Amino acid sequence: MAVLTTTKSTSPAPAPPRGRRGRGARRTPPLVLAFVLIPLLAEAVWVFWPALQGFYLSLTSWDGVSAPTFVGLDNFREMAGDATFRDATWNTVLWLVLFGGLSAVLGLATALLLQQERRGIGFYRAALFLPVVFSLVATALVWQAIYQPDGVLNQVLESVGLESLRHAWLADRDTALYAVIVPALWRQIGYVMVLYLAGLKGIDPALHEAAKVDGAGPWQRFRHVTLPQLRSVNAVVLSVIVIDSLRSFDVVWSLTRGGPYHSSELLSTYMYSTAFQSLRLGYGSALAVVIFVLAFGVIASYLVRAFREAD
Amino acid sequence: MATVHTPSAPRRRRLATAGFHLGAGTLAVLWLLPIALVLVTSVRSFDDIAAHGLGSRPHSFTLGNFAQAWVDGGQQRALINSLLVTVPTVLVTLALAAMAAFALSRYELPFRRSLLLLMLGGNLLPPQILLIPVSKLSELMGVYDTLPALIGVQIGFGVGFYVFVLHGFMRAIPPEIQQAAVVDGAGPWQIFWRIILPLTRPALAALSALSFTWIFNDLLWAITVLRSDTKMPITAALIGLQGQYVSMWNVIAAGSVIAAAPTVAVFLRFQRHFVAGLNLGAVK
Repeated sequence: MAVLTTTKSTSPAPAPPRGRRGRGARRTPPLVLAFVLIPLLAEAVWVFWPALQGFYLSLTSWDGVSAPTFVGLDNFREMAGDATFRDATWNTVLWLVLFGGLSAVLGLATALLLQQERRGIGFYRAALFLPVVFSLVATALVWQAIYQPDGVLNQVLESVGLESLRHAWLADRDTALYAVIVPALWRQIGYVMVLYLAGLKGIDPALHEAAKVDGAGPWQRFRHVTLPQLRSVNAVVLSVIVIDSLRSFDVVWSLTRGGPYHSSELLSTYMYSTAFQSLRLGYGSALAVVIFVLAFGVIASYLVRAFREAD
Repeated sequence: MATVHTPSAPRRRRLATAGFHLGAGTLAVLWLLPIALVLVTSVRSFDDIAAHGLGSRPHSFTLGNFAQAWVDGGQQRALINSLLVTVPTVLVTLALAAMAAFALSRYELPFRRSLLLLMLGGNLLPPQILLIPVSKLSELMGVYDTLPALIGVQIGFGVGFYVFVLHGFMRAIPPEIQQAAVVDGAGPWQIFWRIILPLTRPALAALSALSFTWIFNDLLWAITVLRSDTKMPITAALIGLQGQYVSMWNVIAAGSVIAAAPTVAVFLRFQRHFVAGLNLGAVK
């Protein structure tokens, strides 16, 4: 509670009237009001108003040139029969599970490995963290050189006698999506690791000591001390992962543009190409609404947690 | 390590340490390998790569690739565009966010909690829902395909998150400090500028480092509100480079190094702030 007015606390608290404060000292100075309203205006212009338009546009058919025509739920009906939409949704779910799940598990694993302060630890942490600062586009290009038919991965496979596994990794429908997930993971694990490292640091060492005295082995201590203590970090990581997964665009766009034959298409890339390349702005908006609906649960729970914390 | 004779405690500890460094070292090398590959590729000649392959030991050394990406590939202009967008965006966003966070955390405004969450909520929206309206809006305002449009949307979309983080930080500043200033007759501006802002510096430093990389690395907003190649920031230019120099990996690698250098520099210089920023951002 950082409520700050000079006269507060002296009056024996009859609940202050909601909304406008009556007494002069409590009146919000105009400057303070401006402090809130200017940023709010910026966000209203660039986010809230466009978001409302986005929802409305999902109910229209629009080529971006003539006026949009209202078509009700037709766009959503069209999705039911759209095979690409089905592929993109399935890929998005797969992406959430693989990219999200693996980055959480591996992020926690690396955090556990690198949690103890000891000589050289800073270097190891920095090495794992470094890719986080690269743009996903740069990351994608790095890995494209690895995946090329005459790229490093195939050369390595050949040199260890696994020629049979040689592959056009990004051009094959069966491998494209997985080949795109790996660079995304390479970049995300360090990020999740940092979140978990902070969480692990917050655990009272006495808990581990007590468990040790009671004869708990490393696995039991992890299961019954570490994991329960990490509950709030887990919630954060979960939100970050779901929101990031649904936003994932750059890495797919730079590596495959969703191809070949939509085999690495995510809802985000499908939405972008539908809107800005096929110029079907109404249908594209409807796809964006689907992404919003998928993200909604996580956004809402994140906000609820923030709401509790904010007071 | 299950030897028959139980080794003495110090010896076992030494073995464990060696095992740790072996494991962590392997992991670190694995992680750095792709980066090393790009660095090496960026200084090899095209003929060398064509003759020996990307994965081979380098047989040449040249800095010409950087020149090619920088001049012919348009990386120079793109990097300037990126900085022209990133620096003002970071400054304005953090200034606006600090103002709003100050007002919401230190004054009893009506609906302050709802306002705070509204602003945070805007930042959590999937950008896809905004792309089409934002591109149309920037056309309507006559700023489509200009850097101010990109700056505007980055500020509007980002500000909510920073307000939330800074609010959490400013809330923790003890009220007595502010009360003393009020007694001395300080107005809100003085309180903000002289007292709260200096105390918020660690959080601002952390968020600056973080937001610099986020904005610098953005692709989606750039290709949504910009069209001309000459306006594009470095991320979009890198994709252009990929199309322009198909399978000339030496040039593409040099371009990637150029595109990554500024954020790596920020990271190495402000590593502590950076990591602190990531953790500030996590709602606990």
